[in-house]
Amino acid sequence: MADKPLLPELMKAHGISRRGFLKYCATLTSMMALPPILAPKVAMALEGASRPSVIWLSFQECTGCTEAITRSYAPTIEDLIFNAISLDYHHTLQAASGEAAEAAREAAMEENWGNYLVIVDGSIPLANPGFSTIAGISNLEMLKQTAEGAAAIVAVGSCAAFGGIPHADPNPTGAVSVADIITDKPIINVPGCPPIPVVMTSVLAQFLAFGLDSIEVDDLGRPKAFYSETIHDRCYRRPFYDKGLFAESFDDEGAREGWCLYKLGCKGPTTKSVCATVKWNDGTSFPIQAGHPCLGCTEPDFWDNGGFYKPLSVPAGDYRKLGLAAVAGGAVLGVAGGAIARSVKSSAAAKHEPVTPDDLEKKS
Amino acid sequence: MAELRSHISTGNARPVLHEIRAALEALLATGTETIIDLGAIPFAAGDERLLDSVLGPGEVVATIRALGETRVQETGIAGVWRVDHFDEDGETLSRFVEITFMPEILRTQRADAEQALDTLAARLARPDAPTH
Amino acid sequence: MNNPYFDLLMWARGPGFDIALTIMVGGILLRLVEIFVLGRKKDLAAPKGNGVLQGLRTVFTRSVPRKGAMKEAPVTYIAGYLFHIGFFVAFLFLGAHIALIGDLIGIQWPAANKALIEIATAIAVVALIALLWTRFKDPVRRALSTFDDYLVWVLSILPLVTGYAAVNTMFGDSTLMMAIHMLSAEALMIAFPFTKLMHAVTFAVSRYYNGSIQGRKGAES
Repeated sequence: MADKPLLPELMKAHGISRRGFLKYCATLTSMMALPPILAPKVAMALEGASRPSVIWLSFQECTGCTEAITRSYAPTIEDLIFNAISLDYHHTLQAASGEAAEAAREAAMEENWGNYLVIVDGSIPLANPGFSTIAGISNLEMLKQTAEGAAAIVAVGSCAAFGGIPHADPNPTGAVSVADIITDKPIINVPGCPPIPVVMTSVLAQFLAFGLDSIEVDDLGRPKAFYSETIHDRCYRRPFYDKGLFAESFDDEGAREGWCLYKLGCKGPTTKSVCATVKWNDGTSFPIQAGHPCLGCTEPDFWDNGGFYKPLSVPAGDYRKLGLAAVAGGAVLGVAGGAIARSVKSSAAAKHEPVTPDDLEKKS
Repeated sequence: MAELRSHISTGNARPVLHEIRAALEALLATGTETIIDLGAIPFAAGDERLLDSVLGPGEVVATIRALGETRVQETGIAGVWRVDHFDEDGETLSRFVEITFMPEILRTQRADAEQALDTLAARLARPDAPTH
Repeated sequence: MNNPYFDLLMWARGPGFDIALTIMVGGILLRLVEIFVLGRKKDLAAPKGNGVLQGLRTVFTRSVPRKGAMKEAPVTYIAGYLFHIGFFVAFLFLGAHIALIGDLIGIQWPAANKALIEIATAIAVVALIALLWTRFKDPVRRALSTFDDYLVWVLSILPLVTGYAAVNTMFGDSTLMMAIHMLSAEALMIAFPFTKLMHAVTFAVSRYYNGSIQGRKGAES
């Protein structure tokens, strides 16, 4: 790990003023859900940050996460943060391939043993290691090898964090998440399909500025700054939910008026992410603003959580068939029960002995 | 879409306005500066409109060009500033209300001034530097 | 990696709901068919009045307290009304519930404002507490109370409290609270056919019987 702070130099080289940097820090502080008054502290910490070696492993994935993180239109400080890390291996982005690339990875590992950061996107197949390999090395083996000398692992995207789409029922490849395999290293999960790019870079920035310990995570290993509130709680359509105004279809009056999408299957109430405030494509919009219900992609098993277009309150099971069975079964049991009750009644009537006044006066 | 959305209000504008009032009192009493992050609360177009209409336009409007524009405006309520950061494409990065006598971002930064001193010295030292 | 809260919610929305609905529908039918199969002996006496009409009328007139009853047990009547109204407003006019009913039977109606739902919920909860209080305070009622009465009280208040908590993100994770709310409603559904909750279906039948018997005799009911 090179110990020289890099960011101030990079800024100077790119002609970025300190005002620009302060502006970035104010925005980053807002992203990290820290009080705005802490922005100067964030700036100081970032300036002093050193340059860690990063190894990026891509397993069973669609490259959407890499696409998202590299999609910035103009040179920004996020790029610089990204540049401030030494990306020693990323087989999608690097020019070298095959054995040359693997040699680079091994060299980086050896040089920075115990200190490098591993970023993983994609899930790992366990059913057959041959389902996904890089340069003849299975994903499982590469992850185990690389993780051994890592300071920490960042699982980027829902596949790496929770198994994602490859893990969806019936999971033909036996796909699992990083945390299912590696248990002795700190793992930060940054789920999303893909995660919001700024969330990815902000987690990296926070790691650079304040170290691993500063990143508070929830039970699912997600940084609390970005995954502690539901989309529903921060949704600009929330007032419509509270007023009981819902779009019933994608082209009705309610949909045109921008009413709540709960009845169209929105998973906002159970999905933790900052989509509603940070938004996508440089703060332009997010799915609900574009008129589509949230799919819940930052939660485990989002693919199998009862259908994208079924409201959360609606049963996801096979209740209709069971309901019919219940009607038939109930009726049959009822007839049987009634028949038993009748026979009890008639046998009681048969056994009934009339009592005369004489009987009552008899002394027993 | 913009017209359709513009009437949406979350009802958060009034609480923010009261927070601004308390912050302005604190600024005058003890000099404590306050920054309110408008991105940290649900704040829709309707709220923005109410905020703007109560605060009104002020005397100072400044544009900073650093990694995209930053608009710094004093509102009609002196001591209450709006600081809005945009990126190179004009998309909003973050929005703040600052209750202060002078927003920090307007001030010349020491590091920039230090670098500027070097730049000026270099320009003067150049053999072709203009003398009159 | 799994989210245990989500798994619980998915169980409540999946197998849990299936089981609860099956038991409730099957149980209600079992009880009703049993009652109807049992039947009644034919009344051979000449009718002195219209039994059918008076039977139907009684179904509604018994919803109004008898003369003097209001004075005798005001808490029971007022809290009883308030609980039923509050419970049904909260149940029938929350958007999420309407979506559920719409999916089950295909009929939907406009949802109410959250404030109205929450007021209704609060009223229903307060009414239930008042009813429990009179049950404890009055020695006669306390002696008459059985396990069934307390069980039904708990099962009725739980969906109200957990629903309020789930919507307002109280007592922890909203996903967990939503799962607990669904499970509490499912417990109510399962208990429904086998406890006094069954009155929600049988009240009409028993009132009709009582009314029509008196009607045939030409008596008031």
